[in-house]
Amino acid sequence: MCGATEGGLSLDGIDVKKEAIIQGQVTKDGEPVGSAYVRLLDRTGEFTAEVPTSATGHFRFFAGPGEWTLRTLAPKNEPVDSKVTAATGVVAEVAVAI
Amino acid sequence: MSRESALVNADWVEQHLDDPSIVLIEVDEDTTAYNKGHIRGAIKLDWTTDLQDQVRRDFVNKAQFEALLSDRGVANDQTVVLYGGNNNWFAAYAYWYFKLYGHQDVKLLDGGRKKWELDSRELTDELPTREKTSYTAQEQDGSIRAFRDEVVAAIGAQNLVDVRSPDEYAGRLLAPAHLPQEQAQRAGHIPTAANVPWSKAANDDGTFKSDDELREIYTEAGVDWGKDTIAYCRIGERSSHTWFVLKELLGQDNVKNYDGSWTEYGSLVGVPVALGDEAGEA
Repeated sequence: MCGATEGGLSLDGIDVKKEAIIQGQVTKDGEPVGSAYVRLLDRTGEFTAEVPTSATGHFRFFAGPGEWTLRTLAPKNEPVDSKVTAATGVVAEVAVAI
Repeated sequence: MSRESALVNADWVEQHLDDPSIVLIEVDEDTTAYNKGHIRGAIKLDWTTDLQDQVRRDFVNKAQFEALLSDRGVANDQTVVLYGGNNNWFAAYAYWYFKLYGHQDVKLLDGGRKKWELDSRELTDELPTREKTSYTAQEQDGSIRAFRDEVVAAIGAQNLVDVRSPDEYAGRLLAPAHLPQEQAQRAGHIPTAANVPWSKAANDDGTFKSDDELREIYTEAGVDWGKDTIAYCRIGERSSHTWFVLKELLGQDNVKNYDGSWTEYGSLVGVPVALGDEAGEA
């Protein structure tokens, strides 16, 4: 993927210093899952956003500083929750294995 | 309206894939999603180019809407079934839009694209061909669309329902968390608005909760069922989802969607704004 960073999706044109980014990759048995949905839940468990994963299993959120939960849904799988802490100017990387 | 007339499930859609009286239309926030695979026979509407005026901040006018649907082969007497990604946000927006221009029979696929994918149902990249039609739209139905002046007048008088996430409502975020933060000049919410995130109305798989669950959610948030209601979000698409719930599923009278929403209200000069998690005073 052209311009890819560690997170897999390009950050070109995004002012990373101003954003609290959460991103990562969903895998199953080490293989990327391109058909998953990742939901971002806030500190109270309230839904905040959702993205489908890219063909390479990657996802990204522009969150705010604080504690978040990622809930990953995929065909024929139970939902998987992962806790993550976001901070402005930091890209939080999360590896989700389902 | 009711759940039975406004909503269909995935099994129903599969059984009607070859029914010529049905037109399946995919409308996604991610306008490239359709090209990666869609339900067989479905056509695509692009909310950024097909449904928005390209100069003014407004919808396409009646003549443009007629030309669009004629070109795509949608007839007045066909049943339009809408579905899309992100829990039907933009499909619900298109549903409201079709109603605004008076299309008689419109339905939403419960759960939208996500439920279809999570069920591992078939998607194709084959593009359908449809005969052109001669579509006639009605004048916009002003009873379901709110403009800024009536929103300001509704403060403390009607139900205002802010359907954005709690962090957007409180002013801690300006946009949904999967989008770069931008848009309105000021953060916060319209004073007296109840915060009922659109997502409370949906299950994890994107389907709508039961009528009883829905009624309880809005009642608990302080919605007075005896009053008129205006729903808003950031740009009017998530609030279409809530408009659909209140008007089409629960059958509430006088529910409007404020499509100018926070990007307009939060940039207005001189209007009251409330910050934080409390609704604020009129």
